[in-house]
Amino acid sequence: MTSYLLKGVSVLGGSPTDLLIKDGVIASGAGKADETIDATGLVALPGLVDLHTHLREPGREDAETVETGSRAAALGGYTAVFAMANTSPVADTAGVVEQVWRLGREAGLVDVQPIGAVTVGLAGKQMAELGAMATSAANVRIFSDDGHCVADPRLMRRALEYVKAFDGIIAQHAEEPRLTEGAQMHEGEVSTRLGLTGWPAVAEEAIIARDVLLAEHVGSRLHVCHVSTAGSVEVLRQAKARGVRVTAEVTPHHLLLTDELAASYDPVYKVNPPLRTAKDVEALRQALIEGVIDIVATDHAPHAVEDKECEWAYARPGMVGLETALPVVLSVLGEQWELIAERMSRAPARIAGLTGHGTDLSPGSPANLTLVDPAARRVVDPAELASRSRNTPYAGTTLPGRIVATFLRGEPTVLDGKAVK
Amino acid sequence: MIKHLKSAADLDAATATLILDTAGEMAALAGREVKKLPTLRGRTVVNLFYEDSTRTRISFEAAAKRLSADVINFSAKGSSVSKGESLKDTALTLQAMGADAVVIRHPASGAPHRLASWVDGSVINAGDGTHEHPTQALLDAYTMRSRLGKIEGLKVAIVGDVLHSRVARSNVLLLTTLGAHVTVVGPPTLIPLDVAAALAPGIKVTYDLDSVLADSDVVMMLRVQTERMQDSYFPSAREYSRRYGLDAPRMRKLPEHAIVMHPGPMNRGMEIAPEVADSSRSTIVEQVANGVSARMAVLYLLLGGKA
Ligand SMILES: [Zn+2]
Repeated sequence: MTSYLLKGVSVLGGSPTDLLIKDGVIASGAGKADETIDATGLVALPGLVDLHTHLREPGREDAETVETGSRAAALGGYTAVFAMANTSPVADTAGVVEQVWRLGREAGLVDVQPIGAVTVGLAGKQMAELGAMATSAANVRIFSDDGHCVADPRLMRRALEYVKAFDGIIAQHAEEPRLTEGAQMHEGEVSTRLGLTGWPAVAEEAIIARDVLLAEHVGSRLHVCHVSTAGSVEVLRQAKARGVRVTAEVTPHHLLLTDELAASYDPVYKVNPPLRTAKDVEALRQALIEGVIDIVATDHAPHAVEDKECEWAYARPGMVGLETALPVVLSVLGEQWELIAERMSRAPARIAGLTGHGTDLSPGSPANLTLVDPAARRVVDPAELASRSRNTPYAGTTLPGRIVATFLRGEPTVLDGKAVK
Repeated sequence: MIKHLKSAADLDAATATLILDTAGEMAALAGREVKKLPTLRGRTVVNLFYEDSTRTRISFEAAAKRLSADVINFSAKGSSVSKGESLKDTALTLQAMGADAVVIRHPASGAPHRLASWVDGSVINAGDGTHEHPTQALLDAYTMRSRLGKIEGLKVAIVGDVLHSRVARSNVLLLTTLGAHVTVVGPPTLIPLDVAAALAPGIKVTYDLDSVLADSDVVMMLRVQTERMQDSYFPSAREYSRRYGLDAPRMRKLPEHAIVMHPGPMNRGMEIAPEVADSSRSTIVEQVANGVSARMAVLYLLLGGKA
């Protein structure tokens, strides 16, 4: 196994030092290495962990595969991603989650951890075999019907309770379906002007409020996917203050973009939950800094060209995000490396119970890390993305930071800003 | 002159007034023996209709033909459109055919905006989803001006399902641009969120139809689909019509000169009583005739004709 010496690297923004990667771990002290990387001006972060990725395989390999998504993730500085269950077939059995897990191992670019569906076929009717997925080779701990809300309160309660047996966690896509029938964008001034059916903030907030009460009642853990409104932040703040075991994520796009972008009717800006107002963006940023929102998760949602080059109402919601997440967060938070490491690596690993990721870059730790050049600027070009899909909302936008290298258990997956395989 | 007419917000007061003046000249032409102008000879106007709307399509077709344009009707039925061809592929076909203008009617809001990014010709919105219908607003403004002599300062009540109405959105935008005082009226469930901030800060909102009648110069009744009942926007057609329908007793509360408008097709007995629709205050028949003149003016000016 090739050893690497990262010369002059700044660990989490600290003063320059040398970091030796040997036999898959961070070695103690300096020393000789097979390869030396001049890391002057580069910042080392623990490898990023994404709790919310759509890899589309099996079923929509034209939009993304486990391999192409893994490559995009590595290029974005990730060493682990959690693959959402809304594939075709749905990842609601041990067989499907094991297939995704195996594909991830074969690609070998990031650790792909499958998320299991909460209900059979994501239909919201009958609980899937959560225990079988938990004890499968994929070792599933996070369950989600993402794309759909587990709307039935009784089923949600049971799911929250049931996964306690194997320390599982339910990740809820919070959207009261009756309040969002036909919804196309955030309900407000802009939706009124554009004549697009509104997706009211209360449809998210009402489910989060219900779910934190359910989680409190049964003493379970709840994770809230892609929080998008100021009102949701308040519900979470109160729940956390009461000691409810709830964690929450926000996407990079909800930290940066607003509903005004829908005015172009270009569905590249269509996403679920929808882009909200500037006031929501501000509240989400504040919540992320304070820790009311625990993590940043991409909700990377690749879509084929024909699913986006069409009328707004007919387009599928979602944006690719793996390759731009860290630059977007850098542009929002600035170079707060400690905070970024916590929100994008340590906390997601902790929530998922994922060992070996999100650890400090100290001797003996698994060498899962990424090197960032914070001084670099990049104009996002959809054609350059490693993802099989091109639906980025940042085309033409200049973002700070460039991921120079990523290591997975001591093996480089990205060097000189390029995927090694 | 603007290139596309996607929204009534594309029109400033001067441009809108020019269109209305030009529509007046076009209307005068209709009285002549030879009803055709050679202005758009050799130009191609495509009517791209994804929704059945015979009256709007015929109106645009008549407008284009009276200007001597070549008209191609591309309707969702019996063409590649119904076979699932994407709007973009259709746009590229129209582009290859050299369409100078595409008149598009589409059930999805914003479809004209998408189309305009794929074709070089002018795009004219003939109604997109629950968004806008700018030529309807122009013909309505033209009708008001013909009947009442002006638009500036008129008090206009727009009544009904504002939430789902493209006619309402375009009228609010155009009429406020032209200096009218607009009040939108309807049950709270059918008034969109933040409507004034979204469309025109000066407009008023009321849920009480009776409170505005005595002080209105124009009452514009919107079509209300009875299916909205199933979605709990209102309890029943009967209750809707009692609270928001324009019947004869309500019509008598209007000032002597006030007019009653409706974009059609009407639900007689629902939002408008038959005796109101057929009264001398009603402009419903003229609106249809004025539609051709207004659309001639739009095609003429957008395609580079001089006024
Ligand atoms: Zn989701």
